[in-house]
Amino acid sequence: MKRISIKITSEKLDLEECYRFVTDNSCGGISAFIGVVRNDTQGKKVTQLDFSSYKPMAIKEMQKIAMLALDKFDIQKIAIHHAEGMLQVGAIPVIITASAKHRKAAFLACEFAIDSLKETVPIWKKEYFSDGEVWVNAHP
Amino acid sequence: MKIKILFFGISSDLVGLSNLDFEVDKALTVKKLKILLNKKYVHLKNLDVYAIAVNENYAIDDLVLKENDEVAIIPPVSGG
Repeated sequence: MKRISIKITSEKLDLEECYRFVTDNSCGGISAFIGVVRNDTQGKKVTQLDFSSYKPMAIKEMQKIAMLALDKFDIQKIAIHHAEGMLQVGAIPVIITASAKHRKAAFLACEFAIDSLKETVPIWKKEYFSDGEVWVNAHP
Repeated sequence: MKIKILFFGISSDLVGLSNLDFEVDKALTVKKLKILLNKKYVHLKNLDVYAIAVNENYAIDDLVLKENDEVAIIPPVSGG
């Protein structure tokens, strides 16, 4: 049985797919984290975000996070899907779902996975404003 | 020996390249490569900090590079 689903795609992410992947008759709860493009950063109006990745390494790192989550928490399955390319306000760059016998592990696994992803997975976003653009987290 | 360097995120904008083949001395460490790169591409120094990946794995400074290694410049990540 496959317990991990990892994807980086330039297509629209599919919440239904992430949900369906983690469903399991042994599980009483499924938790989902959905990242959404917000319309402002520190008071500045964001128009769109451009996501790029070092795809083969990013997939490996996402796989590592999923394996760690299976190890650390009592979950059955986990999906981590990330989008790349230009995304408009309201679009979904990341979906994480986890299923568990009991809800707590599913909540914790989702939080762990998104926190880790933001620290280690080689994906970058450029924020576009009406008057320019900036790489997020980089401080040249 | 020849290694391949990939630039991502802001590092690609700073050097104006996405990748290049780089000729270096044998047994070069990641730490020494960083010094070479910062000299060759002065704008890279404007980045406070960046990580290096070798063949798709994060590398420590003491790692010794081999012929045909794929070295990636990883500026602070911002996925999610």
